[in-house]
Amino acid sequence: MDLGLSHYLAVSAALFTIGVVGIFVNRKNIIVILMAIELILLSVNLNLVAFSVFTGTITGQIFAMLVLTVAAAEAAVGLAVLVVYFRNRGDISVESVDLMKG
Amino acid sequence: MAVYAFYLIALVVLVSALSVIMARNPVHSVLWLILAFFSSAGLLVLIGAEFLAMLLVVVYVGAVAVLFLFVVMMLDVDFVELKQGTLRYWPFAVLVGVIFAAEIVLATVFGTSTNASTFDASPGAATNTEAIGQVMYTQYLLLFQMAGIILLVAMIGAIVLTLRHRPETKRQNIAKQTSRRRSDAVELKDPTPGQGI
Repeated sequence: MDLGLSHYLAVSAALFTIGVVGIFVNRKNIIVILMAIELILLSVNLNLVAFSVFTGTITGQIFAMLVLTVAAAEAAVGLAVLVVYFRNRGDISVESVDLMKG
Repeated sequence: MAVYAFYLIALVVLVSALSVIMARNPVHSVLWLILAFFSSAGLLVLIGAEFLAMLLVVVYVGAVAVLFLFVVMMLDVDFVELKQGTLRYWPFAVLVGVIFAAEIVLATVFGTSTNASTFDASPGAATNTEAIGQVMYTQYLLLFQMAGIILLVAMIGAIVLTLRHRPETKRQNIAKQTSRRRSDAVELKDPTPGQGI
């Protein structure tokens, strides 16, 4: 059996699902939530690159680079917010972030 | 042959991704995340997208994962306490995961699929990197510049967020130093002999 687009789509879908489950499972630990978001973005990247390669157009890989940029920026800002929050509160439990009672 | 390599690497990707969300220690999570990124780069090499694969290693493993590792190790958090009571989230999480997976599978099965058996990672160019370079600085120049601005904004944001001025630290104030005149610093007295000031 040849290596096909569906192989990559399957792995990407599984990775995406794992990321979504990870967000729900680690409700308390915001660091792991950020990591799960990185996993989701990674699966999106895999999808974009796989479609780009198997349809013979390079545009998807440019898009994947943009997603990579956004993922890096998101990680940097998210972790900065986390550090500031820890400095003010002394813990990073998501459940204690209810000052606004939303 | 490539398909066996694919299965092996894909297995590593999925197992390490599962370990990321299930590890007890967040430091282990980060290490598993690095493994997941690294093997995903392997998956990209398999279909000839070398440039993106190397970018994945450089950006994710070299920057993002190390950033995570720094933050996890710097914050003095009781992770055992954070982990407590997470067991009750599992049923809901699995439900949501099954729904997501089912939707994706349905969309894949019933959607139109392009099943190209031969693929070309570098259309109209010698290498994958060359193909990307040919369009990135011409057709997608604006997008490229925008990515740079996004990174700049994120960098400034992270610095502004984490910067703090401590009143107790002593810093050199260059403007104050250079604007200092002799009249501000030295006072001339003319004491009469034998009396002191």
